Amino acid sequence: MSTAEILGNREYKYGWVTDIESETIPRGLSEDTVRLISAKKDEPEWMLEFRLKAYRNWLTMKEPRKWPNIEYPEVDFQDMIYYSAPKQKATKASLDEVDPELLRTFEKLGIPLSEQKQLAGVAVDAVFDSVSVATTYKEKLRKVGVIFCSFSEAVREHPEIVRKYLGSVVPTNDNFYAALNSAVFSDGSFCFIPKGVRCPMELSTYFRINNSESGQFERTLIVAEESAYVSYLEGCTAPKFDRNQLHAAVVELVALDDAEIKYSTVQNWYAGDEDGKGGIYNFVTKRGKCAGRNSKISWTQVETGSAITWKYPSCILLGDNSIGEFYSVALTNHAQEADTGTKMIHLGKNTRSTIVSKGIAAGRANNSYRGLVKIMPKAENARNYTQCDSMLIGSNCSANTFPYIEVMNNTSRVEHEASTSKISEEQLFYLMQRGISQEDAVSLIINGFCKDVFLQLPMEFAVEATRLLGLKLEGAVG
Amino acid sequence: MLEIRNLHASVDGNEILKGINLTINKGEVHAIMGPNGSGKSTLAKVLAGHPSYEVTGGEVLYYGKNLLDMSPDERAREGVFMAFQYPVEVPGVSNAQFLRLAYNEKQKHLGQEELDPLEFKDLLKEKAALVEMDASFMTRSVNEGFSGGEKKRNEILQMAVLDPKLSVLDETDSGLDIDALRIVAGGVNKLHDPEKAVIVVTHYQRLLNYIVPDFVHVLSAGRIVKEGGKELALELEERGYDWLKNGANKHTAAPVAS
Ligand SMILES: Nc1ncnc2c1ncn2[C@@H]1O[C@H](COP(=O)(O)OP(=O)(O)O)[C@@H](O)[C@H]1O
Ligand SMILES: [Mg+2]
Repeated sequence: MSTAEILGNREYKYGWVTDIESETIPRGLSEDTVRLISAKKDEPEWMLEFRLKAYRNWLTMKEPRKWPNIEYPEVDFQDMIYYSAPKQKATKASLDEVDPELLRTFEKLGIPLSEQKQLAGVAVDAVFDSVSVATTYKEKLRKVGVIFCSFSEAVREHPEIVRKYLGSVVPTNDNFYAALNSAVFSDGSFCFIPKGVRCPMELSTYFRINNSESGQFERTLIVAEESAYVSYLEGCTAPKFDRNQLHAAVVELVALDDAEIKYSTVQNWYAGDEDGKGGIYNFVTKRGKCAGRNSKISWTQVETGSAITWKYPSCILLGDNSIGEFYSVALTNHAQEADTGTKMIHLGKNTRSTIVSKGIAAGRANNSYRGLVKIMPKAENARNYTQCDSMLIGSNCSANTFPYIEVMNNTSRVEHEASTSKISEEQLFYLMQRGISQEDAVSLIINGFCKDVFLQLPMEFAVEATRLLGLKLEGAVG
Repeated sequence: MLEIRNLHASVDGNEILKGINLTINKGEVHAIMGPNGSGKSTLAKVLAGHPSYEVTGGEVLYYGKNLLDMSPDERAREGVFMAFQYPVEVPGVSNAQFLRLAYNEKQKHLGQEELDPLEFKDLLKEKAALVEMDASFMTRSVNEGFSGGEKKRNEILQMAVLDPKLSVLDETDSGLDIDALRIVAGGVNKLHDPEKAVIVVTHYQRLLNYIVPDFVHVLSAGRIVKEGGKELALELEERGYDWLKNGANKHTAAPVAS
């Protein structure tokens, strides 16, 4: 059996649907839809204004169709449901009030939420379709001043912080999908780490899309004040549907002087079937601002799911000596398409950025790395190192790299290395000659290829990512 | 243990092995010699199950079972080991990680205890001493950046860890200086016992001073053209291969393996 066939036979384990009664609003998008969503969430006037401004911007914008190296049918934005929430009490005093069906759903996904079973050392915000259903360890975190809650709660309870930072990194008119998100976003997570606090546990959000006709538009905001540190993880899955669903998220990170934010994603949305039917359209805007001196933002992503991935987690290196990092593994198989990479915008002096991208393409998949390194005139002594490797499995897939480099300060240094390789028959034979099955051999080679990225993930996530790549190869031989 | 009968094999439609017969019993050490391009590596790879080589005739029995029916990994788990002439690099995969996976696959297959990383580290340390390999090689990626000699030593380390019944060592001496040769050969000898068999593939006699064969077979253009005892290797050293190439009388020299 060929390697491509091995990859082809994998099972998606998260493809089931939770049977739960939902409250959904009518299909379609208009100013009324935006107002309705805002009203459902009891939002203050300024929040509604933010949404409406974004909506009006969006109306004037065009879907980015030309430059990304992806192809997909017309998306009908009027044929979509913009809000879907499981029926339950809006505010929950405790986890006991969460619908047991939802608790079971997350437990099945490996994210137990109940007090007795919660994951040790990781606080979780669980988002189901358009709403956050529970957040663990909230009180414990509050004691050290860390605010970790759903975005909706943040708007209610901490409006001054949200107002200060929302849209400060990704403006409402930044791009088509960011504008759409800004108009209709429903929920997501909010993390605030006050000055001098090192967040005592990992914070994480688990996103689950359940409704076949609703998009998910989540909004995440993470602020680390002076000398604060936080490591944040994000995971996501969705059931198998024949229809495509849209996931258009916006994530904004802000790091003040000497602060550090480490943001890790393991993305395993449903990818569609072998013929490319169904799957999530993952159009995401993620950006961090190193606003303060010596601040650091590090993105690590393992992208294995989605029919289409369009995503460029970026860093604006404004503060002097600030550091931006991007470590990425993107695996595409069958008809999956990914156009992903990063932007490193160097504004401050002595700013440094590192980009390590590993693209793996199998089946008929298309995998593109697209990255911009921009050194602005005042960025004295800025440094960038980019390493961009692709691995092809089989002969029907393709990998591309589109590096854009703009240097406006001649004291800076930019290095770029790229490679393309294949899993060779000799490598496979060598491993198999030692008694390792073909499936495990492929998995071992791919994990080896991705090692530099996996090393950046927090321990539990690294295990999960390794397992996930293994899972993609499961049930193959025999 | 191993019975090769009239084995024919080809690659890309070219016949390379043209009827090989060979019987190997446990406890024996066989040397396969022959000029470059005579098919020695091909024979080794066919025994190990390399997918590029097509067996076009004959059969191979291993403990009475049809070896050619088994996948390469099954053969390995059943105790067939091949030390590669050109060991392959596997970037990002540590030697220890790779070897533990291989070791545990075999243990699982035999219904024996698998080892966790710490237990395996101890085992690896003990085996590495056998080929005088430094512990630092265990955390490095498989063969990546290893010198030619280090790669060969690493092959024998793998043999030591996997404890095969039948080992086929393809040109394990090439690229080794004399000290390394002595160490590697010493390792192979220490691993040998009456229950196991070794096939040493080489085109120099040098290695056979250290790993002394019971039988020597000379391969030329895909056929075994001469067989004998260890003294045949010395004769080849003196006379070269040319005198054997055309229609040499196969059965002149003494004991034939049976
Ligand atoms: N994969 C291959 N593709 C084409 N020809 C091959 C291949 N492998 C071996 N050969 C040919 O088969 C013959 C025997 O090769 P080999 O078994 O490597 O010889 P030896 O190990 O005795 O030097 C040579 O002529 C070689 O060119
Ligand atoms: Mg050879």
